[in-house]
Amino acid sequence: MSEAATQDAVNASVEQPVIKMRGTGVNVFYGDKQALFDVDLDVRQHSVTALIGPSGCGKSTFLRCLNRMNDTIDICKVTGEITLDSENIYAPMIDVVELRARVGMVFQKPNPFPKSIYENIVYGPRIHGQVSTRAEMDEIVEKSLIKAGLFNEVKDRLQEPGTGLSGGQQQRLCIARAIAVSPEVILMDEPCSALDPIATAKVEELIDELRVNYTIVIVTHSMQQAARVSQRTAMFHLGKLIEEGPTDKMFTKPDHKLTQDYITGRFG
Amino acid sequence: MPEAHTVSAYDDDLRFLARRLSEMGGIAERMVADAVAALVNADTASAQRVISEDLLLDDGEREIYDKAVLVIARRQPMASDLREIIGAIRIASDLERVGDLGKNIAKRVIAVHTMAQPRKLVRGLEHLAELALTQLKEVLDAFASRSPSLATSIRERDEEIDAIYTSLFRELLTYMMEDPRNITACTHLLFCAKNIERIGDHATNIAETVYYVATGEQPEGDRPKDDDTASMIAPAPGAA
Ligand SMILES: Nc1ncnc2c1ncn2[C@@H]1O[C@H](COP(=O)(O)OP(=O)(O)O)[C@@H](O)[C@H]1O
Ligand SMILES: [Mg+2]
Repeated sequence: MSEAATQDAVNASVEQPVIKMRGTGVNVFYGDKQALFDVDLDVRQHSVTALIGPSGCGKSTFLRCLNRMNDTIDICKVTGEITLDSENIYAPMIDVVELRARVGMVFQKPNPFPKSIYENIVYGPRIHGQVSTRAEMDEIVEKSLIKAGLFNEVKDRLQEPGTGLSGGQQQRLCIARAIAVSPEVILMDEPCSALDPIATAKVEELIDELRVNYTIVIVTHSMQQAARVSQRTAMFHLGKLIEEGPTDKMFTKPDHKLTQDYITGRFG
Repeated sequence: MPEAHTVSAYDDDLRFLARRLSEMGGIAERMVADAVAALVNADTASAQRVISEDLLLDDGEREIYDKAVLVIARRQPMASDLREIIGAIRIASDLERVGDLGKNIAKRVIAVHTMAQPRKLVRGLEHLAELALTQLKEVLDAFASRSPSLATSIRERDEEIDAIYTSLFRELLTYMMEDPRNITACTHLLFCAKNIERIGDHATNIAETVYYVATGEQPEGDRPKDDDTASMIAPAPGAA
């Protein structure tokens, strides 16, 4: 490759964000009821994408499509295509367990297993065969807790139950648990809605740090949170994607009136 | 006003800002008009009234600041609401400055009146003031209707004021050179003219703010250039 061509490639990589996941023409049905209509949405690598919109607009439904959590709902049917690194995750040969290791999830209510902090973290890596020796397990526990910003708070009580932590700590434990299996994408469904403002701030700080190594998609009811933590924002309404764009623009001058009305508190 | 907020007190807050601004706008317009009239008619009583009115604008600006800060803290405004509030803060400070400039003109009424005024210069000043006041009035209309096109046309018209100011400047210089006894009054008139020209600039600022509030974008292109008097030199006595 000539020098100029190399430079072109560099320029192109600066301008062209890497699309980590891409939804194309995604429709979701719960029985007869359609919950998502023809959604096209890109998720950029190493960035936080916020999904916003009034209750019931399909945010969680879309999020669950991204790691096929909807498969666990009997009446749920998904059509269209969703790719991870350009590979269709709904293709027949896809190993769903492996997919969920690559695309992890953190839920609204912190849900640690009723086991020790230590066990909460090693559970995933062990299932996926990523650790076997005690030393490996110790290492993954420490690394994950450090990344989740929880290590210093719990290092002396790793054998105590995870459920004994405060709400905010439990949520960071769940994030540590999600990180432990080395996912590429982390999905978060209203991860702070059960937390107080300080615990929320810590999780937001964490999300910002995690972005460097992971790709994050977050559903949030708080416009301010979406504005604070995300780089891209997607607005849903009645199962349709209304608009998607840079967060800074979405919260200062959105293109669509629905978005404008929603984020300024005029409906929803 | 766009559609109502779910929380109606939020709309009350925004309406308060808009109403207070238009009151300030009315006061600023009247102060400038009265100050210039006082200058033309040598009416020191009326000049005194203008001077005392300036307090109203200071209060208005403070009230708008306080309210804006409170609304931001309380409601975390987004998008057009946020622009509206930031716009209110900026416009309030422009209007407060217009009031100061009007007051400054009023203060000069007494000094200017120690000498017989060259009619022609006073007429020129009146004309300049008319233009600036039209700009001010129209920009307040543009704000009331959130009209970006009106804001753009006002912004483009500022050049006219600058041109007239420049020619007044030249005339005042000539008068001063003709008879040094004119210098005191002419200097005051010069400051008055400069004040009026600055009022036009504030109208332009407000026009830019209105454009931003309405569209979310900064107006395109350079601002019409400033006056040329910065580099003007008096002709040598006896020349020309
Ligand atoms: N498990 C389910 N069974 C049936 N309908 C569902 C299920 N989950 C969600 N829905 C419906 O799908 C629509 C979108 O829901 P959801 O994705 O949870 O919205 P959001 O997360 O934006 O609040 C809603 O009308 C909801 O009632
Ligand atoms: Mg949901």
